[in-house]
Amino acid sequence: MFISQNFEMDSFSQNPEFTIHSFFTFLDTTIMAVEFEGGVVIGADSRTTTGAYIANRVTDKLTPIHERIFCCRSGSAADTQAIADAVTYQLGFHSIELDEAPLVQTAASLFREMCYRYREELMAGIIVAGWDPRRGGQVYTVPVGGMMTRQPVSVGGSGSSYIYGYVDSNYRAGMSKEECLKFTAEALTLAMERDGSSGGVVRLAVISEQGVERQVILGNQLPKFSTV
Amino acid sequence: MALSNVLEPAVSGFNFENSTRNTVLENGSEEGKIKAPKPMKTGTTIAGVVYKDGVVLGADTRATSEEVVADKMCAKIHYIAPNIYCCGAGTAADTEKTTDMLSSNLTIFSMNSGRNPRVVMAVNILQDMLFRYRGMIGAHLILGGVDCTGSHLYTVGPYGSMDKVPYLAMGSGKLPAMGILEDRFKGNMDLEEAKALVSDAIHAGIMSDLGSGNNTDLCVITKEGVDYIRPHRESLYNYKRQAKYKYKPGTTPVLTKTVNQLELVHETVQMMETAGSS
Repeated sequence: MFISQNFEMDSFSQNPEFTIHSFFTFLDTTIMAVEFEGGVVIGADSRTTTGAYIANRVTDKLTPIHERIFCCRSGSAADTQAIADAVTYQLGFHSIELDEAPLVQTAASLFREMCYRYREELMAGIIVAGWDPRRGGQVYTVPVGGMMTRQPVSVGGSGSSYIYGYVDSNYRAGMSKEECLKFTAEALTLAMERDGSSGGVVRLAVISEQGVERQVILGNQLPKFSTV
Repeated sequence: MALSNVLEPAVSGFNFENSTRNTVLENGSEEGKIKAPKPMKTGTTIAGVVYKDGVVLGADTRATSEEVVADKMCAKIHYIAPNIYCCGAGTAADTEKTTDMLSSNLTIFSMNSGRNPRVVMAVNILQDMLFRYRGMIGAHLILGGVDCTGSHLYTVGPYGSMDKVPYLAMGSGKLPAMGILEDRFKGNMDLEEAKALVSDAIHAGIMSDLGSGNNTDLCVITKEGVDYIRPHRESLYNYKRQAKYKYKPGTTPVLTKTVNQLELVHETVQMMETAGSS
């Protein structure tokens, strides 16, 4: 499915027939994941842009990879969808072979393998989060370039720059599920207010031993902050 | 498994034979220089809406080659399967060939498995192929269909990204069309409302976009079958030909006339063995 970059580009790029008129479809976005005792809370905005046009204002960027493992996608829509499909297949196969639920770390490693090996061709920033029986709720971030690291709270996408301060000052270890949901919703709302590439609705999901609960916070129900 | 390469195995990497041929033609000697023709783009408005009993797809019918209208009655709603149709915007050749290939693959799959194809299968095959070609195939597609799991409307972009939504517009006229759809779309509309909505959305595209025009085609897909209405709304500016362009014999004066009789000199019959003969 992935091709190596060993082809001549010169005559190709000068041929007027092959000018690419369309933009990439981007998931410039805000995504976030937080660990709590017993699971993880993940959240994302819902905007996909093609240049200045919002191609989809109700995108679902929280993609299930396995029963209790999700990934939050940011970057190029096509790349992240293709990677997520490939990893879903690989993880499903692995899980059947093992005859038990896969580890979140395994899923994150599969993402990292693909994102690092094809780093020149891909533009994908992914947060992998889920629950497994061995280590509970975990959040791993695999940003552009293919690094992988585990973090208790992680933000990503173009809107994340605006909320690092908020996240750093408001995160406390040992928050409950409801506190994490409120924290994530507020952080995403703040990012959506300031980042042009993020907006729409806030999609949240809680992954725990009991399963996955999904919710949507519509535009008019978002938490309100002072308008300066 | 219906892969996008059922008919022939995928060659690794791209095939740039035509690209080298084009450079040779363009950079030829003074007499031999040939300018490559620009690809025909469809500069289009296409739209789709999911309603109570199925899906309504709509498209304009203008195909442009730069500033000239190349085809006034172009068919942009392509057949994929008896229950799946696809509107295509972007480069005309790319959308035609891609939808042709997809249709062939799904037909082979149907014959192999005895099942009707599902819309999500068509989307997956398209995504695989378009992602592999990394945006070089300029096909912006809206796929709609009704299968055993319900009515679905998907869009697939040229880079291989996919979105599943209840209403959509694509092409150069998508901004005005989207305005109409955002204003009047409701869930679970009935057939007449849905047809009027899609028709008006395409009409908005035709009025506000130079690349879209002429007539509007509609395609209504339900569990019972497909109603391909071509055209649904005709353009107000249908010019009729003012005169006949056939020239009467004798219009051009004949200066000289030579007749060469061809003689049959030698005739041979060769027997060939066919599979049936013994």
